[in-house]
This record gives sequence, structure tokens and C-alpha cells, in this order.
Amino acid sequence: MVTAMASLPHIDNPVKLAVKDVAISYGGRTVLESVTFDVHEHEIFGIIGPANSGKTSFLKTLNRMDIFNPSMTFTGQITFNDRDIRKWRNVYSLRKRIGVVFPLPVGLPLTVYENVALAPRLSGVTGKADLDIIVERCLERAALWDEVKDRLDSLGSLLSGGQQQRLTIARALSQEPELLMLDEFSIAVDPVTTMRIEDVLKKLKKEMTIVLVTNLVQQARRLADRMALFLDGEVVEVGITEDLFAGQVKDQRTKDYLDGRFG
Amino acid sequence: MFEASELNIRNRKIESLFRILFLLMAGLLILPVAIILAILTYKGSSVISMNFLFTSPTEGMTAGGIFPALIGTIWLVSVALLFSVPLGVAAAIYLSEYARDNWFTRIINLAIINLAGVPSIVHALFGVGAFVLFFRFGTCILAASLTLGIMTLPVVIVSTWNALQAVPMAFREACWNMGATKWQTIRKIVLPNSISGILTGIILMVSQTAGETAPIMFTGAAFFLPQLPQSVFDQTMAMSLHLFVLATQVPGVPEDVPYGVAFVLIALVLVMNSLSIAFRVYLRGRKKW
Repeated sequence: MVTAMASLPHIDNPVKLAVKDVAISYGGRTVLESVTFDVHEHEIFGIIGPANSGKTSFLKTLNRMDIFNPSMTFTGQITFNDRDIRKWRNVYSLRKRIGVVFPLPVGLPLTVYENVALAPRLSGVTGKADLDIIVERCLERAALWDEVKDRLDSLGSLLSGGQQQRLTIARALSQEPELLMLDEFSIAVDPVTTMRIEDVLKKLKKEMTIVLVTNLVQQARRLADRMALFLDGEVVEVGITEDLFAGQVKDQRTKDYLDGRFG
Repeated sequence: MFEASELNIRNRKIESLFRILFLLMAGLLILPVAIILAILTYKGSSVISMNFLFTSPTEGMTAGGIFPALIGTIWLVSVALLFSVPLGVAAAIYLSEYARDNWFTRIINLAIINLAGVPSIVHALFGVGAFVLFFRFGTCILAASLTLGIMTLPVVIVSTWNALQAVPMAFREACWNMGATKWQTIRKIVLPNSISGILTGIILMVSQTAGETAPIMFTGAAFFLPQLPQSVFDQTMAMSLHLFVLATQVPGVPEDVPYGVAFVLIALVLVMNSLSIAFRVYLRGRKKW
């Protein structure tokens, strides 16, 4: 059966991230297996699925945070910019290119300014004028500048939850990442702020590639160009978001999940 | 209209009972400290004078002051600090931030626990064997301070480790995710936020070091030595040993004098502690989460 596939502007873009046959296990217990998909430049790639389906473990693998957990191992191949992430000689330079936003905002125990200036400082930017520009630009892009420009010297942890999450995004942007990974960013954020951040992401897409993990099906629908469904430790479906929601699925479980008829 | 059930009432009574019980227990802790301070102040303060603090003992230590012992204790504590703080903090940083859970780490932890359990007199004998004889330092401040330093190392390591562990893991992960190395993370985030806890360990160490007698007895502290030490290779008098000597070894010491020495020793520790506490309060005021 031939079905009309939705066309995507990004599908011809170079592959940013190629995942092939990846399996992740903790101390011999496999939590995720046979993950295979490509993420193209300037697309938002959504990963949806219920809790405990391996979404966060997968993100941790992408920027080699698995190194910090001795019991965590992964097999298969992941390439970032066509280079195997295992063969990336300097893992810090890999992580610098990948910004991460956590489910719960982590305001580092520093001022708002220093939160955003930390990554540039670590990469050797020292001039106050340069840092000022970076800080303003990143806060601006994270839609936070107007709210905090008068209190850059107060502690990041004193901001409200929604502001802290945008601060986390600003901090991730300060790395000048090529890939931005968001892990259920809206879990602790009110709906209004969530919509603001979603608008931010739509704009950021022009500058970088985004991997968005979410357990909100509708959020994936609003944002993701393509998406994958993680279910019970495997990838059930990878496809263009519009097609999936239009019912063009390979696996019946995808339709059930998207329709909220699961379980 | 709500009415408290009998169970509610009983629970409330038990609750207040335990509250009072725990309050009493905590209150009891103040008692020994208060009594010690009261006795020392009552009996010791009469001998305290500028003369007592700043002259050497005379007439077979039955008269005169304690100046050489006071200066000696400051020497011993300072040199011990110079040794054990950098070593202890570095070891704690390794154990907390770098070490993985393997046999090597477990051996180090075991060694620290054992080191903490060794009686001070055994440390003294170790000090004699290692520093006085093997390294040929002779009995001197250096040998005594190194012995003290090794003895207090577990205090510094354990308290520093606890302070480092109190910094939330999420901060480290956020930093690592940005591409920071472990050392960058430690320097920018972990150390600045654990410094007050680390200082607590050092305060404990100072107090313990100033009061120890056994480890310095054979390694560097002198029975009677009226002149001040000129370098770490000299012997010295020390407050703790001086107190022991006055109380047990020298006949004819006026009863008030040992109390005076003890009073000064306690005051010395309290002054050092308050300085560190003030510094900690200042740092905690700047704590960022």
C-alpha cells in the first residue's frame, strides 16, 4: 500500500547523529536494545515513551555520561558528525558540543551571570566584555533576559522554577552546542512557561539540532519533525510526526500509545 | 465538629514525652562542658597574668610562666596543620570525586578507619621509630608534628569527605554535561560549596592536636626548656605535656598553677575554634543553595 508521506524540509540535511543497533545495559540487565535511527541537522527529533523505557539512559549515552556509571555499558554504534563517539579522543570536547537540559532545573550555586558564563569560561573566554555579550545573548535566546537583566548578580537558585529551567537552557546554549538534548524539560514548569520554551525551541532549530525527550504526546506533536517511540526497552517506531499522528504506523502499539489507549 | 480520639490524645502525650526526653539528653551534654569551664575559670583564672603568659617557668617550674610551652604548642599545631591539611584534603578529594568502588578504594578506606582507631600512644611509638630514628630528625618539632599530623589525618579526611559528599550530585552532573573536567568541576563548584564543612574538620583537628600529650612526649616535646624553639629541628615545651608534668611529676607546684595552664590551653583552643567558626559563618552566609 502506497501512502502519501508528509514531506520534511530537513530530511535532506546531513546526518548529525546516527544511531545503529544500540543496546544499553546496567550490570548485565538490558534496559534498551536495537535502537537505530538518524537525526538530521536542524530537525527536532522527539523521543516519546512511558517512564522506564530507557529514554534518559539513551541521552546519557549520547554524550558519554555513561562513563561515570561503572555498571552502565552500551553496545552498537553512535556517530556524531560522522565520528564514532567512542573514538572521540577528547570526551570533553564531545560534551561541549552537546547541550543538556534536565527534567528538574539545576541552578548551579552561582549567580545568574556566572551560571551562563561558566561554560565559556571553561573554554577559555576571559574578557568581561566578551562574557557580557555571551550572557546577554544566551539569556535572550532562552527568553529569560527581560526577567533577570536587573538581577544578574543574584543567585540562580533564587529564581522561580520556570525561570531556572530557562536558565538551564541559557546555560546549555552558552556552550554553543551543535546538538541540544532536552529531557522532559516541562516536568516542573507551568504551562505558560512551557509554551514559551517551546517557542524558543522552534527558533533554536534554525541554529542547531534538537533531541527532545518527552512523555507528553501532544508536546511531541507540536514540536517534533520526526519522532521515535520507546516502549518496554525497545524502539517500536520511528517516523515523521505528522504521519504517525495521521495513523500511518508500522506497529499498532504506536497508534495505541498516541491515542492514549495504552495499558 | 472534630474531636480528638483517644488514640490522638495518647499519641500527643507520647510525642511530648519524647520531645522532653530528647531535650534533656541534649541538655545534659552542656553540663560537663559547663562544669569543666567553671572549675577551670574558678581555680585557674587567679594565676593568669601577663607575667604568667609571657615568661618562662622558674624555680624548678614551681613559679614563673608558661611562655615557652604556649609558643611550643602553636609551633606543633601549625606544623601538623601544614602537613595534614593538604594531604588529608587531597586524599578526601580523591576518595570522594575520583575513586571508583574497587578493591584499591576499599583498602584506602580500611586504612583510614584503622588509622583512626590506633591509640595515640601507639602513634607516639610509630613517630619515634619512623621520624626520630629512621628519618633521623631526632626529637624535634618536626617529628612531633608529623606524628600529630598522621594521627589527625583521619579526622581531616573523613570530615572533608563528608563535606564534599554534601554537595548535590546534580551540580556535578550539570557541570560534566557542559564538558567540564572533573578538576574544573571540583574547583568551580564542589570546593567553593564545601569549604565550610572542610573547615569544621580542621577545627576538630586543631583542638585534638593542641591537647594531645602522648604522641609528642617521645618525639619532640621537652620536660623543661626555657628558651624558645628557633626552627622545626629544635625540641620544644608544649602546653599539654607541661600540664601533665606540673600535675604529676614536679613536687611543690602551687595547686592553682596546673589549673591556670589548663585554662590557657582550653582558651587557646576556644580562640582558634571561634576564629574558624566566625570564618565558617561568613562563608555559610555566602552559601549558594
